Amino acid sequence: MKLDRRTARLVYGWLWLLPAAVLMAAFTHYPIVGGLVSSFFSTPRQGRLSRFVGLDNYAAMIADPVFWQVLRNNFLYAMGTIPVSVCLALLMAMWVNRKFRGRAVVRTAYFTPTILPMIAVANIWLFFYTPQIGLLDKICSFFGIPGHSWLGDPSTALACMVVLAIWKDAGFFMIFYLAALQGISPEFEEAALIEGAGRWYFFRRVTLPLLMPTTLFVMVNATINSFKLVDHIFILTKGGPDNASSLLLYYIYEVAFGFWDTAYASTLTVVLLVILGALAITQFKYIEKRVHYQ
Amino acid sequence: MMIRGSSWGDRLEAAAAWLLAFLWAAPLLYALWAAFHPMDFVSRFDLLGPITLDNFRSAWKVAPFARYFVNTFLLVTMTLAGQLLLCTMAAYAFARFEFPGKETAFILVLVQIMIMPDVLIVKNYQTTSTLGLVDTIPGIGLPYMASAFGIFLLRQAFKQVPKELEEAARVEGASWLSVLLRVYIPLARPTYLAYGLVSVSYHWNNFLWPVVITNSNDTRPLTVGLSIFGAPESGVNFSVISAGTILAVSPLLIAFLLFQRQFVQSFMRSGIK
Repeated sequence: MKLDRRTARLVYGWLWLLPAAVLMAAFTHYPIVGGLVSSFFSTPRQGRLSRFVGLDNYAAMIADPVFWQVLRNNFLYAMGTIPVSVCLALLMAMWVNRKFRGRAVVRTAYFTPTILPMIAVANIWLFFYTPQIGLLDKICSFFGIPGHSWLGDPSTALACMVVLAIWKDAGFFMIFYLAALQGISPEFEEAALIEGAGRWYFFRRVTLPLLMPTTLFVMVNATINSFKLVDHIFILTKGGPDNASSLLLYYIYEVAFGFWDTAYASTLTVVLLVILGALAITQFKYIEKRVHYQ
Repeated sequence: MMIRGSSWGDRLEAAAAWLLAFLWAAPLLYALWAAFHPMDFVSRFDLLGPITLDNFRSAWKVAPFARYFVNTFLLVTMTLAGQLLLCTMAAYAFARFEFPGKETAFILVLVQIMIMPDVLIVKNYQTTSTLGLVDTIPGIGLPYMASAFGIFLLRQAFKQVPKELEEAARVEGASWLSVLLRVYIPLARPTYLAYGLVSVSYHWNNFLWPVVITNSNDTRPLTVGLSIFGAPESGVNFSVISAGTILAVSPLLIAFLLFQRQFVQSFMRSGIK
């Protein structure tokens, strides 16, 4: 009787899990493994079947200047976006955490970009960057700076996207800092003030170290975002001019659905997965650490 | 004893906070301005300028927005319904059943938290195509239905339910299903709300996978429609693009402004795992 119940529970457990497991295997695990396998085969074309090519796709990737360029772009994009948006997020949280007139409105303003779709945001920003009639050029001409094709110039196109991404993300990261700040007991600050510590000193020696886990969490998430969110490229530049503003995932999209070279797209995906995997391990270690803190 | 009153420094900081808030709100406010004014006023900030709805009329005429709205609505509800069903079942299994391979299965679920279907577009396109679901709304939602994040959140919530409650129900002879329906789901309501809000906003805004898998106006959600509409090739002026953009974002934006606290808390919960 007892064994029966155990067996029942066992079968039941798997039955409850089954529907989710099937879908997850089909759309998460199979594509990871299948993509890896595809990266060792050629793309089937014009009736020719796919055949095993060993590391040929990887050799082609290493010889592909566009691959290195999008990787470099992605790196620059992350380096440009993350430090600024994280610092701004912290600043926003510090401000919103204090009492002043109109605090709720200010907080809403900071957070609103988070709720908007990237495509909508890009539609609006596209107009800011438009040469001559765009808002940015209008402001420039007011100060006597000549007009500029911000998105058409390889040296500024990526920077334009960095600015947009900072604007979009800072408010999202703010809420995590805000939650962490609210978790810091006000007694700390009172004690420090009675001791005569300045606010800056208190921030540097107490607040910042206490916020360290949040900072790490936010940084890892910001990095993941910079690799997986490429929607704005579709509107702003389509990766151009000359791939100057293309990112890895956008390049994968182009290779897979523009050139229909699925084997090469799979090879590029493997690189993306390795990057995301490395970030995942970083985050996992962080979670472990946080458990120790508690 | 006043340690620190409303000093100059405080006022300066409040002013800086306001300035940044203005900068952050400016793009959206600007789009609103452009949407409600004729094109000539796009960069002429005359407060007495004529207000018009013409841009919205043209936007509505240029692109099948009504259809896009229906598609997005169907997509969001279908995806959420699938997620709630599958994630509830899986979370229940992880929280309350012992079965061989449970640990491994859970680690495999966690893989998806790090590697989301968003980056697996190449293979997922092939799979969806094999299933004959290219250019269908279920095809857009299917890869997201078994959501690791949903399973994770609900498992946490279910684990917090005291075992005594379950045992009491079991003693009364309730089946596993009725225990789930009567004990677990009602107690996890805040988690369901948080997850629902995050899922709806995510899929309302999602773009890359929908643009890959759709190729007709019968299935395109708002974001994809908006990208075609806003492309320079469409030859529509900025006022009309703004109007279309405002149309597309307004349902979610209004919901956010009305239920701000719930939204912010849900997003926070979704991050702090």
